[in-house]
Amino acid sequence: MPLLHCVQEKEGLIAPETEKNIAEYLEIPVVHVHEVVSFYHLFHQKKIGKCHFSVCQTTACALRGAEEVIDHIEQRLNIKPGETTPDGKFSLSVVECLGACELAPMMQCNKEYKGFLDKKKIDELIEKNS
Amino acid sequence: MSPQNKAIGNIDQKIINMEKIVSRHFGQENSHRLTHYLKDKGYEAARKALTQMTGPQVIDEVKRSNLRGLGGAGFPTGTKWSFIPQANPKPKYLVINGDEGEPGTFKDKYILEQDPHALLEGIIITCYAIGSHKAYIYIRGEYIKSLEIVQGAVDEAYKGKYLGKGIMGTGFDIDVVVHPGAGAYICGEETALLESLEGKKGFPRLKPPFPAVVGLFGCPTVINNVETIACVPPIINKGAEWFAKLGSEKNGGNRLFCVSGHVAKPGVYELPHGTTLREIIYDHAGGILNGRKLKAVIPGGISAPVLTPDQIDVKMDFDSLKSIGSMAGSGGIIVMDDTTDMVWAAMITARFFADESCGQCSPCREGSGWVYRNVKRLYHGHARPHDLNNLPGIVNNIGGNTICAFGDAVSMSVGSYVSKFRSEFEAKIKERVCQI
Repeated sequence: MPLLHCVQEKEGLIAPETEKNIAEYLEIPVVHVHEVVSFYHLFHQKKIGKCHFSVCQTTACALRGAEEVIDHIEQRLNIKPGETTPDGKFSLSVVECLGACELAPMMQCNKEYKGFLDKKKIDELIEKNS
Repeated sequence: MSPQNKAIGNIDQKIINMEKIVSRHFGQENSHRLTHYLKDKGYEAARKALTQMTGPQVIDEVKRSNLRGLGGAGFPTGTKWSFIPQANPKPKYLVINGDEGEPGTFKDKYILEQDPHALLEGIIITCYAIGSHKAYIYIRGEYIKSLEIVQGAVDEAYKGKYLGKGIMGTGFDIDVVVHPGAGAYICGEETALLESLEGKKGFPRLKPPFPAVVGLFGCPTVINNVETIACVPPIINKGAEWFAKLGSEKNGGNRLFCVSGHVAKPGVYELPHGTTLREIIYDHAGGILNGRKLKAVIPGGISAPVLTPDQIDVKMDFDSLKSIGSMAGSGGIIVMDDTTDMVWAAMITARFFADESCGQCSPCREGSGWVYRNVKRLYHGHARPHDLNNLPGIVNNIGGNTICAFGDAVSMSVGSYVSKFRSEFEAKIKERVCQI
């Protein structure tokens, strides 16, 4: 897994061709690499946008308005969860608990946690990364 | 000041007379640095254990302190350590569970980011007690900041000769590896975490054999939560009796409670085990948001059965919560006010379990999705006539029929919404039933 993290950090995703190379390097069957890549949410098999919003939808965030956060991002960027904007700038994912319920509603924006989200904060994040 | 620190600031004023243990360095500047930790008797407990005590003496001290696993199961820590077969010639491992995926829980993040050396010192003492020379810290992949800070602390500790060969001038060797997860709730389950550490997908293992005998790479292994291990140095420094006295009967010490949802001041609060849920919500977390009324509260992470307002005088220790049919779990308290639609809340819970089931056992893989679809129909007013009556049967057939406790969690949590708020489910059906 550290190897997969390392490859993804460099290439942005883990493509089928990369899985093959990793399997050869580690001398294990390709299927073992693929089952690990597809099991864990943080490994991407598709190219994602430069700015990746992962919005938490679990109970604590849901109680504090996660649905409105998701709706607002969908409207602003005109994409649904799991999609990337055509210019490759933004991706939206809806995820389960990120362990920051005290900041609810919150999301992960690339490597950083952003909490107490409202429309203004989301708009600012979108402007900053456009 | 970051929002996290603000929440910690709240407890400073509220529990000024209560002794803080694990959170004693929270909110202080550079609390994650070695120099800061050394100022407050840092690594003295490790030195004491290594030079003045034997392994069995350390285990005995921890047993008498009534320290229990704070990841959720509440298993007595010293007893767990004593299961490691000392005669086994294989290497022994200590694995720290920092996967922290239970919704409502965020305490370990504070320890990892604000006091990583307390964890490292606990690791040294624990490894010495169980005869291990290698420890792994498994941290969930989303906690990028925690991963960086803990790796920084490990590097500092190696430089200062608190880790590595012959640490602190003694003959004891220890290596610590920081390992990132990759976003799978199930890897918080201890045997799934071992599989993940071995580079596989996180499928829980059948027990027995227990990890104490056949664990990481087939070797004897102890797996402990971050908070549990961070409690070890103060126990060695101040003694088992002091620690045991802080808690309630059979639950030594304090606990980090994570409060979120509809409360005025969400955050982490370090309080004795015997504190009541009412005190935590109203005295420490500032009461219900906007002065509204309490409707329901989850006392120990999303897996714990939900409680109603008449049950909140319960003490928040493992045994008291068990006696009223819920559980202390990971200490994640999620509060819901009177505007919350409980069928909606049940749907969010069911969706979480359906999303995170690892798919190994069919009752859980199929059942969690079935429960979610069922509750979703009820919420959206598309329920079939038997949907509500079928629900308890479905959840009961998941619980107890799976390899790990995930199945039981689905069963207990979703089941508790139906049993305690059945009238709301019935009202949804009355509103509109799909006659297919």
